[in-house]
Amino acid sequence: MMLQSLGRISSRIGRRVGRLGPVKAGVITLAVATTLLTAVSPDAWAGATLDAIKARGVIKVGVGTAPGFFSPDSNGRWQGFFVDFGRALAIAVFNDPDKVQFTSSSPQQRLPALQSGEFDILLSGVTETITRAMHLGFHFGPVIFYDGQGLMVARKLGVSQGTQLDGATVCIQTGTTGELNIADFFRQNKISFKPVVIEETSQVRDAFTSGRCDVLTQDSSALALERLRLPQPDDYVVLPERISKEPLAPAVRYGDDQWLETVNWVVYATIQAEEYGITSANVDSFLSSDNPGIRRFLGVDPSVGEAANLDPKFAYTIIKTLGNYGEIFDRNVGPKTRIGFERGLNQLWTKGGLLYAPPFR
Amino acid sequence: MDRAKPSALRTPAAQIPVAPRRARNGGSGWWRGLFDTPANAVITAACLLLLGIAIPPVLRWTVLDAVWSGTSETCRSASGACWAFIGEKFRFILFGFYPRQQHWKPALTLVLLFGMIGVTAVPRFWHPRLVVLWVVAIIAAVLLMAGAPHPGTVATDVWAGLPLTLLLAVIGIGAAFPLALLLALGRRSRMGGVRWMSILVIEVMRGVPLIAVLYAAILLLPLMLPAGVTLDKLLRAQLALAGFIAAYMAEVIRAGLQGVGDGQYEAAKSLGLSYGTMLRLVILPQALRIVIPSFVTLAIGVLQSTTLVIVIGAFDFLNTARVAASDPNWLGFFDEAFFFTGAVYFLLSFLASRYSLWLERRLRR
Repeated sequence: MMLQSLGRISSRIGRRVGRLGPVKAGVITLAVATTLLTAVSPDAWAGATLDAIKARGVIKVGVGTAPGFFSPDSNGRWQGFFVDFGRALAIAVFNDPDKVQFTSSSPQQRLPALQSGEFDILLSGVTETITRAMHLGFHFGPVIFYDGQGLMVARKLGVSQGTQLDGATVCIQTGTTGELNIADFFRQNKISFKPVVIEETSQVRDAFTSGRCDVLTQDSSALALERLRLPQPDDYVVLPERISKEPLAPAVRYGDDQWLETVNWVVYATIQAEEYGITSANVDSFLSSDNPGIRRFLGVDPSVGEAANLDPKFAYTIIKTLGNYGEIFDRNVGPKTRIGFERGLNQLWTKGGLLYAPPFR
Repeated sequence: MDRAKPSALRTPAAQIPVAPRRARNGGSGWWRGLFDTPANAVITAACLLLLGIAIPPVLRWTVLDAVWSGTSETCRSASGACWAFIGEKFRFILFGFYPRQQHWKPALTLVLLFGMIGVTAVPRFWHPRLVVLWVVAIIAAVLLMAGAPHPGTVATDVWAGLPLTLLLAVIGIGAAFPLALLLALGRRSRMGGVRWMSILVIEVMRGVPLIAVLYAAILLLPLMLPAGVTLDKLLRAQLALAGFIAAYMAEVIRAGLQGVGDGQYEAAKSLGLSYGTMLRLVILPQALRIVIPSFVTLAIGVLQSTTLVIVIGAFDFLNTARVAASDPNWLGFFDEAFFFTGAVYFLLSFLASRYSLWLERRLRR
């Protein structure tokens, strides 16, 4: 019935298109083609990423999905710790926090997508490794989040440090590097532990909540989410130690040093602002500061920004709009949010952390 | 040898006595057979017991203790489902990252696609023009999603939710059909080269999981394209999906082709019909009618398989729901998110399968 005349149909379509006349038919074909095909996208092979960004008018950022780090709100607007750094970049390049387009990318696909020019930068929590930097061809900006394997315990144990866990039972998932890391950690600290090794993720959680083990161990960002899925999240606490290294840094592909430096100094600006004690609330009062370093930093003295080929007030606008590193951290993942991260290593070097910005001069 | 066969095999089918259905109970009420034998009574009682254990907690969670409105704080203090979460995230789950002030576009796309599916379901409308209408409708839907009246203003990156799921499934099936037809005919072809090529394509596609085909399209295809040419990510996924569906559909069509008696082919040839005319007028109308129910089953599978585009970072209906529960303000309402999407998928699939049964009965008449 329906297919009896399949053959007739194609000729019918042909005739119909013919009736439209070549111009109209061409326009329709073109519209469809441009929608479906981004043939010969110019930015994929442009020499300089930054030039392509400026020509396009928007920065393309690859992100992931994890609460607090990158997640859409009810209006479909991206929010989160890494997302704020994307907005900071848009301020530095365009003086507008919204000239940035976030696209979620899966862990398997994100690096090839960055390589092929689909993204200008990955802010998706990529761990910086030597293979990625030297073999795969990616530059990394400053580490903006020091993640690592963490330890979660029940609050009622009254434990505040991992080293107090002598003799603890630890729930671990089999076949993960976590198993090796936890053994190393306890051996290094010369304390003993009893491992409870379980295959399934959900069973690990059940074992922990039922009290079969005192400690649950995973990457700390995953642990934070795990904590929130427990029946009474407030009864549990993630300890400040990180027993493995997962430095998460912005990644860009080889080929544009200027763009890499822009990324570097945008991140440094948020760190330097915190070091100066400049926040979104008090930034205006610093404009009249006598400190020459602060005057250069905020662009009151424009020499540094001009030399850097950036808007001299880029740091001021970033701090005014998004806040310094500490504010960005606290707003998205800090102790007062549902994620509830302590600063840990993500603290200024002056306060025992690893955040250190080179001088703005 | 023939003569040695038992005579029953030679009896024409119509003469074999068929036991009347439900002869033992002598009635057709649905309750009959529940308690008629001790074994059946035990099974029935066990089922009732299981339902009795399962239903109250489900009912308590979904209805009695559920929170229908309010904030995530009200939800957290309640023990039941948080439907307020679905209310808050409804538009995000349906349309994802699509610009909010333009939500009428994906909404209209949904209406258009569901409307077309509804029309297509009515046999009275089966006419060649329907195929033309589908082509027009799909082009219109794609242009609309791309931001019509200014196509190209909305990047495919932000296409999401139910419209994306439906578009992937519908375009996938539509694009797969001609390819599947060629593959099915190729596999039955007497030309060795064509036959082996068809078999190769079908078996390779059916031999690898869809997720592998998607990865190949996303990671390998760009490497094979000439330098400077990039294909849209979603288009790559759509092509992979269509190719994958085509392999399965080809086997469905082949089953239909085999279901048409040899006599039909011979009769058509003896009338002097060419190969094309024979297929178009005699074989395909019969072959495809046989496999319509299998088509519907395939379509249900395709609708559900589209969720695998999650591996390329696309936000289909299931994925938008999942991500909605990762908003720190509404964190962890995964049960509600999956219950809701599950209900929608179930509704669509259930309607499709009921339709297929109805159609089967109708076509038999």
